[in-house]
Amino acid sequence: MCLAVPGKIQSYEGEEILREGTVQFGSLKKKVNLAFVPDAEKGDYVLVHAGVAISKIDEAEALRVLNELESLEE
Amino acid sequence: MKYQEEFRDSRKVRAIVAQIRKMTTKHWRVMEVCGGQTHSILKYGLDELVPAGLEFLHGPGCPICVTPTEVIDLALELSMRETILFCSFGDMLRVPGSKEDLLSLKARGANIQMVYSPLDAVKLAKDHPDKEVVFFAVGFETTAPANALSVLHARQLGLRNYSILVSQVLVPPAIEGLLRNPETRIDAFLAAGHVCTIMGEGDYERLVENYQIPIAITGFEPVDILEGLRSCVDMLETGKVALENQYKRSVRANGNPAAQQALKEVFEVKNQRWRGLGELSKSGLGLNEKYQEYDAARKFNLNAGHKKETGNCISGEILMGLKKPTDCPEFCNRCHPQNPLGATMVSEEGACHAYYLYKKRGAHNHEQHRMRLSI
Repeated sequence: MCLAVPGKIQSYEGEEILREGTVQFGSLKKKVNLAFVPDAEKGDYVLVHAGVAISKIDEAEALRVLNELESLEE
Repeated sequence: MKYQEEFRDSRKVRAIVAQIRKMTTKHWRVMEVCGGQTHSILKYGLDELVPAGLEFLHGPGCPICVTPTEVIDLALELSMRETILFCSFGDMLRVPGSKEDLLSLKARGANIQMVYSPLDAVKLAKDHPDKEVVFFAVGFETTAPANALSVLHARQLGLRNYSILVSQVLVPPAIEGLLRNPETRIDAFLAAGHVCTIMGEGDYERLVENYQIPIAITGFEPVDILEGLRSCVDMLETGKVALENQYKRSVRANGNPAAQQALKEVFEVKNQRWRGLGELSKSGLGLNEKYQEYDAARKFNLNAGHKKETGNCISGEILMGLKKPTDCPEFCNRCHPQNPLGATMVSEEGACHAYYLYKKRGAHNHEQHRMRLSI
């Protein structure tokens, strides 16, 4: 129920609670409300739950974790 | 998809599992409180990859599962009224009330519409001014902001034909209930990443402080879950008691302030009944005084009352980590997804349902279902 899917913002319009964007999920594009990620811009990745973006993905943090894990692998 | 595939990579899984194996010297019991995580753990077989001494307990992490029967009965009652178009997330449609579920009612012609977002329900209200649109607003802190946003949209659009049937639950009071119960034996918690994405770390820091129990915030992919588990085992083996955030790509210390603001504007904390667990103090979110006109129960003069749970179902004990689905004599006998006897079997994210899908002995599709990460 609490799953959220990562997607990339292609464009957006509108303000405050009506801020809405087109978000690309793999080969699929969907309209997503962006009211709760006011600083997310075109090209940013967001996590989307129930049609609403709930966070902007911190790409540097994701990379840091993945790099750390690379160094652990045999 | 980016930020998904990398966190399902079997080489990374293997590396973390090796680390966990190296550091584990005792038997530890770690509870996840998120149905999505429960589902991932069983789907990827993570419970069988970790050392035998490490036990996953599956806590009350599925809001669909814990929605009280009497609220589902209200949903059924509303759906049967001709003037109403009842909207719900798909997961909720198959959950039985005391007699039947929304899906069978829909099959008989009731006005029930599955929606992906509560904002879609608002659009339906706009497009059907002749109908009363009611959205079934269930969920944890992750979903409640979207539910709140739908009410704010309806108000901004001046829609008088939109309301919500609310059954929203909060995670920290449930964790606290488990920690206060003298029977439970939980050594550490995995906290749900998307709930924390909204609410931040504060409530969990307080739980760590007040109950001296390690907690790791983590995500939903196998690598995330194992990273959280590694963090818990490391703390347990070294005697450290802290909150560690293993899901920083999404969870900020203060959570999501804009979403919290929407919650504060529309909802208030209230006592809430949980299917399988009973009433927990201050564990729910209902509409506050300012937004009463959007409360479907009030608008249509409905009273949920209280239906006593009966039968031999042990879902309460499962949700508290005292028993496993396989401890139940009814599991896969009288109780299965087509005939769920209680909370943990009603939705795919419930522990019993997930065990049924991925662990049931002799299941003909067992191997196809289970996406094992070879190690």
